[in-house]
Amino acid sequence: MDNVIRRRTLGARLGRAMLYAVLLLAALFYLLPLAVMLITSVKPLAEITPGTLLSLPREPTLVPWVKAWGEACTGMRCEGIGVYFFNSIAIVVPAVLISTAIGALNGYALTKWRFKGSELLFALMLFGCFIPFQVVLLPMAQTLGWLGLSSSRAGLILVHVIFGIAFTTLFFRNFYVAVPTELVSAAKLDGAGFFRIFWRILLPVSAPIIVVSVIWQFTQIWNDFLFGVAFSAHNTQPVTVALNNLVNTSTGAREYNVDMAAAMIAALPTLIVYVLAGKYFVRGLTAGSVKG
Amino acid sequence: MSLSSSAARPTAGSTARRSHSGLLQAWLPKLVLAPSAAISLFFVYGFMLWTFVLSLTNSRMLPSYEFVGFAQYARLMANDRWWVASTNLVVFGGLFVAICLALGLVLAILLDQRIRQEGALRTIYLYPMALSFIVTGVVWKWLLNPGLGIQAMVRSWGFENFRFDWLVDPDMAVYTLVIAAVWQASGFVMALFLAGLRGIDDSILKAAQLDGASLPRIYWRVVIPCLRPVVFSAVMILSHIAIKSFDLVVALTGGGPGYASDLPATFMYAHAFTRAQIGLGSASAMLMLGGVLAILIPYLYSELRSRRHG
Repeated sequence: MDNVIRRRTLGARLGRAMLYAVLLLAALFYLLPLAVMLITSVKPLAEITPGTLLSLPREPTLVPWVKAWGEACTGMRCEGIGVYFFNSIAIVVPAVLISTAIGALNGYALTKWRFKGSELLFALMLFGCFIPFQVVLLPMAQTLGWLGLSSSRAGLILVHVIFGIAFTTLFFRNFYVAVPTELVSAAKLDGAGFFRIFWRILLPVSAPIIVVSVIWQFTQIWNDFLFGVAFSAHNTQPVTVALNNLVNTSTGAREYNVDMAAAMIAALPTLIVYVLAGKYFVRGLTAGSVKG
Repeated sequence: MSLSSSAARPTAGSTARRSHSGLLQAWLPKLVLAPSAAISLFFVYGFMLWTFVLSLTNSRMLPSYEFVGFAQYARLMANDRWWVASTNLVVFGGLFVAICLALGLVLAILLDQRIRQEGALRTIYLYPMALSFIVTGVVWKWLLNPGLGIQAMVRSWGFENFRFDWLVDPDMAVYTLVIAAVWQASGFVMALFLAGLRGIDDSILKAAQLDGASLPRIYWRVVIPCLRPVVFSAVMILSHIAIKSFDLVVALTGGGPGYASDLPATFMYAHAFTRAQIGLGSASAMLMLGGVLAILIPYLYSELRSRRHG
């Protein structure tokens, strides 16, 4: 008896050790690319060819970061990706705010002011979440031309708002469905209007879903490449397009450390948001995919 | 409550105004939704129709409206590059979905064993999902670079004959896309499964344990069948990501060597925007839409039905 228990605990211990070993191995797999990116980005170019991916820099340097930010060539121009980083910010901030505001109002109207056909309308709008954007690229290019917004930041903002509201509406609609209707009905009986009820009853409880929506839209738009590459010119490109150009520019020797520094710069904003607000990020990802 | 103060003073003259504003109030929700409905109608449904119309024309550099029937689709079917792209999508999508599911499920089950530092591990597994596919592509291009990446590193450890040059091998390039995409998305699938596992009623597990079932058996016979809805959603989301994959291909392989690792999304972009084949590009976009619909319609159908019942 005693023996059996001892063997079991030994086996269990071995099992636990295996368990942790596998989990740590998996963690290494996910961390390795980030580690390599970071190490390479602070390595002098002279150390790259003789060294290996994981050899630590003997003389760490921030020169690649400085170069990536302000000097590296992206296509014809050599002004780094800093300019494009600010392009991305100028596109992302208004697009996120506008699409979130519209989504909040839509979700509110769809749940607290139901009318005949409102569910159908929601289903029709939801479809916009799923289409492959290739199917709208060509008409969009032409429409932006007609609007005089070709290759402009305003045009990109418009595109991101248009194709973002399907998601933000979904978020707010699913959130507001769970907000008790009694309070809203009482306020309606008291004669409070549409916007007043929204402002005084719904908005004060909306903080979590606003965070989810803002983070989702921020990540989506910051990471967008397709719209960015299709609808921008050299001076309005977002940072993802600039990064791709930088890496594929074939003038002179490949500066891998600068490439990695540029990739880090492009990745940092969404990474920081993820680290600071991971919980909300996950909630946005799983919204609509896991019921309840 | 201050809400009621303004409206709770009905005076003689206000009744008419009230019914007037009542009419406005009844219309306000619709007015608020109208722009979004119009946008959706024009920019989603209208554009889909528009692209379909373009796919029936002989448009090349500029849209023309000279109809040629389904000739572009016939050209597409006869186009070798399109077949390479479609076959690649099946290979890439199939492996990507399968590996993400397997890896995500295993990691979720292992993480669900009361692990210390679970939060930290979860954060590490999931962070790639926050990155742009362009960043992912750039990093993996560096890792998979035969001369300087993993191959060179392993060789420097003494394994002189180690070969890992898939990135430059036309037969293998598509698998590099799988590696990078799995790296990016499997943590997300793990999160989905973990949420599913946490949602399973403990009493079911306890009953199975009392019956003397072993742990692997409990997982195989009881837990995993409970996760079927999660598997379903994960497959939807992942295949959707696979069909839309564009950035990753552009950044990692550029569709190459040659067009060996093209996917429909890059095929469409190349023909519509750089090769002046708008008609052909539109036809390929319509087929992509068809692919998405084939996955989406059963999904939406079951979602809406369960919502109505639940």
